[in-house]
Amino acid sequence: MSPASVPRIVTSRLGYEDSHTLERYLSSGGYEGLRKALTMHPEQVAAEVDAVSLLGRGGAGFPAGRKWSMLRKGPVPYLVVNGDESEPATFKDHLLIERDPHQLIEGIVICAYAIQAAQAFLYIRGEFALGLERVTAALNDAYEHGAVGRDIFGSGFSLDVVVHPGAGAYICGEETALLESLEGKRGFPRIKPPYFPAAVGLFGEPTVVNNVETLSNLPWVMVNGSAAFTALGAGRSTGTRLFALSGHVHNPGVYEVEMVKTTFRNLVFDAELGGGVPGGRQVKALIPGGVSAPWFGPDLLDLPLGQDEVADKGSMLGSGSVVVMDDTTCTVRAAWRITRFFRRESCGQCTPCREGSGWLERILLRIESGSGRESDLDLLMDVCDNLSPGLAWPPQQTTICVLGPSIPSSIASGIRMFRDEFLVHVKDGRCPYA
Amino acid sequence: MTIGHLSDEARRRAEELVALYPHPRSALIPICHLAQEQDGWLTPEAIAEIAELVGLAPAEVVGTATFYDMLHTEPVGRYVITVCTNIACMLRGAYELLEHAEDRLEVRSGGTTADGTFTLEEAECLADCGVAPVCQVNHRFFGNLSPASFDTLVEDLRAGRLDGEVPPHGTLVRVRRQGGLRVDPETVTTERRQMAEAIASRAEASGDSQT
Ligand SMILES: Cc1cc2nc3c(=O)[nH]c(=O)nc-3n(C[C@H](O)[C@H](O)[C@H](O)COP(=O)(O)O)c2cc1C
Ligand code: SF4
Repeated sequence: MSPASVPRIVTSRLGYEDSHTLERYLSSGGYEGLRKALTMHPEQVAAEVDAVSLLGRGGAGFPAGRKWSMLRKGPVPYLVVNGDESEPATFKDHLLIERDPHQLIEGIVICAYAIQAAQAFLYIRGEFALGLERVTAALNDAYEHGAVGRDIFGSGFSLDVVVHPGAGAYICGEETALLESLEGKRGFPRIKPPYFPAAVGLFGEPTVVNNVETLSNLPWVMVNGSAAFTALGAGRSTGTRLFALSGHVHNPGVYEVEMVKTTFRNLVFDAELGGGVPGGRQVKALIPGGVSAPWFGPDLLDLPLGQDEVADKGSMLGSGSVVVMDDTTCTVRAAWRITRFFRRESCGQCTPCREGSGWLERILLRIESGSGRESDLDLLMDVCDNLSPGLAWPPQQTTICVLGPSIPSSIASGIRMFRDEFLVHVKDGRCPYA
Repeated sequence: MTIGHLSDEARRRAEELVALYPHPRSALIPICHLAQEQDGWLTPEAIAEIAELVGLAPAEVVGTATFYDMLHTEPVGRYVITVCTNIACMLRGAYELLEHAEDRLEVRSGGTTADGTFTLEEAECLADCGVAPVCQVNHRFFGNLSPASFDTLVEDLRAGRLDGEVPPHGTLVRVRRQGGLRVDPETVTTERRQMAEAIASRAEASGDSQT
C-alpha cells in the first residue's frame, strides 16, 4: 500500500498555509470530536481511547487509555501535556504545535473531559517561540469559541488551559522532571517509587502526562471511532505515527505513515518520503528512535515501523525520529557527539550518569582525535556496563531516570557494529574521515 | 524588598502569570523570560523582584534559573545566536558552520562580541532537523544555513533589518493570553458532581445501561 492512501490522522491540515487558524480548523471538521465526546459519559470516552491501543508517542509507548485508568481516585486530577520535545533529531511535536494548535487543544479538552481534569498545563519547550505564540493565539480563539473555559459548548464541563514555556533543559522532557519544572524548580527527575504521576503528580495530585502527538490523535478517534483507528497498523501498534527523518536523506522532514505496514526502507527510500540517500551512497547505520536508542545496520532496513517489531530487535521506536548515516560518516564522531549531548544534559543527581557521561565523552574524543589506545575500547564498554549492566535493552534501572542507562546505546552500537573503525583511529593516530 | 525594577507593563504581566497557577512558584520560569525580554539577562535587581513575586528567596530563584540554558545570570549580547551541532545538524555541516560563525563574529563559542552585539553559543538539538543545519537568534529559527546565508543573517541583524521578527533580547511570546479562569477547587467538585448527575439522568432517560 502506498503511504499516500492512508488517512492523515494528525497531518490532514498541514497542506494549508493557514492550518493554525480557527477558521481553517472549523471548516475542516474541527472541534466535532470534542462535541461528540461531550455527549458521552467521560468513562465512555476513556473506554473508546483504551480500545484503540493509542501508544504514547513521547518515547515510552505506554497505552494512553491504560495510563488514564491508573489515576488515583478522589482528587480532581491535573492534565499535563508534554511539548518539551528535546530528544535529538525529534521535531514532530514542533510541527503539530506550530501548524495545528487547535487539533492539540481539542485533544487536550477531550482528554481532560475523559479524566475530569479542571486545569491542564501545556508545557512547551522555550525555544519554540513561534509555537508558543501560535498556541496562545489559538487558545484565545478557542476560549472565545467556547471550546475551552467555562461550560464548554454548553455541556457544563469547564477546563482552564495554561501554556507554560520551558527554558532549555532536555531532562525536563522526562515526565517527573517536567512536573518539577512546572512547579518552578530545577528539572530534577523524581525518585521512584511512586512510579506514576497518575498516583502522585503535579503538586502531589494525581496527574496524567501525555505527549503532544498522543493527544493530537484524539479528535480523529472521537469522530471516526476506534474501529477505524485499529484498522490501521497491526498488533499493538495501531493507527499512524509521525516520523521525523533527518541526516543523510534527500528529503528530511516529518512524515505520517501507517504503523507496521511501513518499513524503515520505505521511510528512507520511497520517493514521496525520504527519497533515498544523496549521491548514491549507502546507508551505513540508522538510529531508529532518538539518540537514546541502539542503532540498526542496513540489514534491518526492511523491519516494519512497529513498537514491538523494533523492540524485538533490541532497540526502540522511542520518540519517532530516524537518523540516517551514510558511508561517509565517522561513527566514532557520531557516538562522541551523542555522548557529549548526554554529558551536557545530565541533571547530575546520579553518580554513574554525571561522572560516567564525562568519562565516556573524554575517551571518545581521545579516540576521535587520534590519541586513543586499544584498551580504550574495553574501558568504554566497562563504563557503559556500569551505567547499564549487561547492556540490555530496555536497560536496567541503575539511576533515578533512564537518561543515564541510555547513554551507552550509541557507544555500544558503534563498537559492536564498527569495531574496526574504532581501531583504525587508534592504529593510525587520526580519524580516517577527517 | 526591591520594587520597581520591572517596567509597569512587565510587572502587570508577571502578576497575571502568578495568578494562573495554583502555586505562585510555578510562574518563576515564565517571569524569568519576561525579565530577560526587558534586560536581556537576569540582573540581580530582577532576581530580587522575581523572588518577591513568587514568594522565594533570591538565592532560590538563582538556583533554579542556573539550571536552564535559556536563562542567563550574566549579561549577553543583544542577539544571542545559538548554533545547533547535534547529530542531525552535524551530519549536515554544523561544525563547519560554527567555525565559520566564530571567524565571522570574531568570538569563540560561549563568548560575546566586544561591542556587545552578539553572543554565540553551541546549542543542543533545537528540534528543526528537517532544515539542518539550523540556528536560533533570540529564539527565532533560521534553517538550511550555509556560511554565505549566515553572513547575510548577521548583516541583516546588524543593520536592524530583522528587528520586527527578532527584536533585541528577543520576545518569547508576542501574543497575550486573553481567556482563562482559575476556579476554586470546591466549585470544581460541585460542578463535576452536577455534571455526573446530569449525564446519568440523560443516560437513564435514553435507556443506556453503559454507566
Ligand atoms: C530523558 C527523557 C526525556 C524525555 N523527553 C520527552 C519529550 O521531550 N517529550 C515527550 O513527550 N516525552 C519525553 N519523555 C517521555 C516522558 O517521560 C513520558 O513518558 C511521556 O511524556 C508520556 O507521554 P505519552 O505516554 O503520551 O508518550 C522523555 C523521557 C526521558 C527519560
Ligand atoms: S540518570 Fe542522569 S539525568 Fe536521570 S536523574 Fe540521574 S543524573 Fe539526572
